[in-house]
Formats: sequence, structure tokens, C-alpha cells
Amino acid sequence: MKHYSAFAIAREAFRQHTGWGRAWASPEPRKSYDVIIVGAGGHGLATAYYLGHRYGIKNVAIIEKGWLGGGNTGRNTTIIRSNYLQDPSAAIYEKSRSLYETMSQDLNYNVMFSPRGVMMLAQTEHEKRGYLRTERANALQGVETRFISPAEVKKLVPIINLDGPRYPVLGALWQARGGTARHDAVAWGYARACSAMGMHVIEQCAVTGVTSENGMVTGVNTTKGHIGCNKLGIVVAGHSGALADMAGFRLPVESVALQALVSEPIKPCMDVVVMANTVHGYMSQSDKGEMVIGGGADGFNNYTQRGSWHHIEETVRALVETFPMISRLKMLRQWGGIVDMTGDRSPIISKTPLGNCFINCGWGTGGFKATPGSGYAMAELVAKGEPGPLAEAFSMFRFREGRFIDESVAAGVAH
Amino acid sequence: MLLLTCPCCGVTAEETEFAPGGEAHLKRFGPGSSDADYESYMFNRKNPRGVHFERWRHAYGCGKWFLAARCTMTLEVFGTYPAQTVEPPAEIVAAIKAKRPEWEGFA
Repeated sequence: MKHYSAFAIAREAFRQHTGWGRAWASPEPRKSYDVIIVGAGGHGLATAYYLGHRYGIKNVAIIEKGWLGGGNTGRNTTIIRSNYLQDPSAAIYEKSRSLYETMSQDLNYNVMFSPRGVMMLAQTEHEKRGYLRTERANALQGVETRFISPAEVKKLVPIINLDGPRYPVLGALWQARGGTARHDAVAWGYARACSAMGMHVIEQCAVTGVTSENGMVTGVNTTKGHIGCNKLGIVVAGHSGALADMAGFRLPVESVALQALVSEPIKPCMDVVVMANTVHGYMSQSDKGEMVIGGGADGFNNYTQRGSWHHIEETVRALVETFPMISRLKMLRQWGGIVDMTGDRSPIISKTPLGNCFINCGWGTGGFKATPGSGYAMAELVAKGEPGPLAEAFSMFRFREGRFIDESVAAGVAH
Repeated sequence: MLLLTCPCCGVTAEETEFAPGGEAHLKRFGPGSSDADYESYMFNRKNPRGVHFERWRHAYGCGKWFLAARCTMTLEVFGTYPAQTVEPPAEIVAAIKAKRPEWEGFA
């Protein structure tokens, strides 16, 4: 692996950029590995990276049915924050946010982490009280957030309309250390680091079955033949239900489509992330100048990676009310991703009924921000066979035991 | 845009007129059942890629609940039928079999 640096750019400039090479290798699969991770999205690659980096487990394959980072990793709105109400959520999302701060240096790959600040607007009295509670919970959890006044909101976001006809802005929960990152670069950076450790990133290889013996996993059947493994990690987001079915168990998960869109690029007009959860829309401006807009998920099971048209209308309608200046922008692109929703809207990082088979899923509509923290916790689970402090509350068996981490009630929306 | 026909009032309309209600034909477990059965009823779902039986409510119409058979990979609706059934009626099963010969049937 070539080290990326200012010196490397200068050196390559002198030889017409012929020496960069590929960022990661595309090897043929071996007969077996110590660990197979299914799913080369951000979470799967982060899991593999921390397996090698923290536990020295490097005989690892990451198997991907499509192309690297082509699922939800490449389909989100890149928002990073950790202002959650429940302790287990705040712990893992805050770990994740802190890992983003040094990710570019750790991976020697520019993931363009931009801690520009995330603002969640309070537009009803209920929401305001909820965020005041979250602010205090965050203070106890060591997560830095602050409830700010409408005047401070206006100062941070001059284009906002505070006196909307339906939902005036009553304040906002402000996390100055939240922000955005380049989502593709996160997957590419992890893939490059994994490849450099000798791991195999195998793209265009779909898993068609899970093999086991005496209740212990022995490998996976794929479109490139059977590949054996001692341990299996399933990190496939929207398709978790299908993989669980192959492994012989059922998950408390339903898959729905969540969509996002971007406007045509315009000059810089908003340098923070604004989320309006009551009216269900969120917006930030990308480095290219596009307004990146997301909204609500569809309510019905769906694997089509496209959403319903009326959701775009609802989201845009809400945001035009909040930001009147966007009313004449044209939509440039729209896309959908399949998100896996659990009953309490919190993720699953867990052992499964199949021995040595572990699952990481249920991140629902908010998985990108959790990418490094999720991989960090999942790697510990896979390496030790038991969950560490970050993951233990997120067992898939919590539903049977009634130990919900109820962020759906805390946030009032899917998140 | 998903088009559904309400079997209660006969109106065919866009999905904005209906509210989705999740998986249909769940076997209900209540007091006295095992933890595993209760968990399964409350939370675990088939979540299939393909034929899915689900509940809908004609929220902006007659207000009644009904059931639909739909493909989650293509959004194709095979048919809708009244909610007062414990399993998909024969004509719905036949309609699905005609379009999805590989479908394993309702289980």
C-alpha cells in the first residue's frame, strides 16, 4: 500500500500519476478464512478493520454481492451526531463520532470529516421539552450538546425562516461537534486499510446460503463456491432478514425504503446540518454545493431501493416552509436505500442462535454516523465471542427480555 | 406509485389514501404463552424478499382494514382481500402462483 502524503503527490506529479496503483486488491477467494464478514459496506469493512487492527485477526474475507459501499453506505445523507437520549445509544454513537475525528489520520485516507455542527430544530412545545431533556441526559453521558435560542439558530443559519405558519422555530438542540463526512471515502478508506493488512475484499460475490455443523457455522455458499470459516459476521443492513433466514433464525427486523435527494448545486449558503424532525426533513450543503435532503421512510416492506413519490413531496414541502429560498431549486438526483428497522429503532450487535455466527443490523435510518463505532463493537464481539461494554445492550434477545433501548419514543421519529 | 383496491368499498386508489399496517396473518400469543412465542408474535417478522402478505387500512376512504398480497422486490400487487381470514384465500394463492411459479406457498 502506498502511503498517501504531500510528498507522494509531488512524486507522482513528476511521473504523470502512473505510480498510484489500486487502493485495494481484488483477489479470488481462498478455501477458508478465520473470519468471513458478509457485506462490504461501511459497517462490515469497519468490523474487519478493527478485527485486524485491535485483535490481530487478519485471515479475513469481506464478501460483497455488489460493489464496495454500493448499498446504504453510498446512499445516506452523511450526517454524524451522537445526541441520543438513552445511555447505550449515546455511548456507541459518541464512540463512533470520536473515531471519525481521527479517521483520516488512522486510515491515511481523507474521509473529509467536517465537524460543522448539527442542529435539531424544536418546532413544538413537546419537542422543545424533549430536547431540553436530551440536553441534560447528554451532559450526564459526557456528550456535548446545548439547547440554543431561536436567535442563535438564526445566527447559525441565516437562510432559515423562524416564523413558519405551521411550526415556528422555538429553539434547537445543537451539537457543535457533529457534522458530515464523505460516505464513499469511509468505505474506500477501510477497504484500503483492510487490503493492506492482507484481508480479502471480494466484490460481486453473493452469499446464497450458510452452512453449519452441530449448531456451529462452517462457512457460506456463494456464487463463487463454498468458502469455509470459523466465525461469521453478518453485516448486511436491509438484507439482514434474508441472511438470517439462510442461517436458520428470524430477526425482529423489517426492511423499508428510505430515500434522499439533492438539489442542483448552488453557492455556499448553509454551513451546518439542520434537522427538522416534527415536519420530517433534514438538509445540509455538500462541498459541491448541492443541498442534500432526506426525509421519512416508507411504511411498508420494500426491497426495491426506490421510495414513494409522495415522500419527496412531503419532505420538500416541509423544508420549503423552513427554508423559503430553496423553493425554486431543481432536484438533481433522487435515490433510495433499504433500511432495517427494529421494534425499538435501536440496532442489533449480537450473538445469534447459530454458534460462532454474529449479526450486526437494525441501524435503520441512521447507520452512517455509527460506522466506526459499530465496527469497533462488532469486532470485539467477533474476536472474543462475547459482547463488550458498547455492544452488550444491543443483543437481539433484548426483545424477549423486554430490555428495549427505546429511541423511537425518545426521538419521536425514526432516526 | 402503489395502487391498491379496497375490498371493503371497492375503491382503487393510490397508496397515499391507505395506511400500511405490517405483516398479516400473525398468530397471536397472549398471557400464558411462552416467552419465545410472545416475542415472535410481537417482534419477529418474515420480512421476505418476494411475496408478502400484509395489512392495510383505507385511512382516507372507508376506514376499514383489509389484507393485500404484494411482491416486496417489484411492488406488484397480486390482490387484496377482506381481513376476516386466517390465511390467504385460494384465488389469491392462484394469482400469485400464476405470476411466481417458484413461490413456495404460504407458510
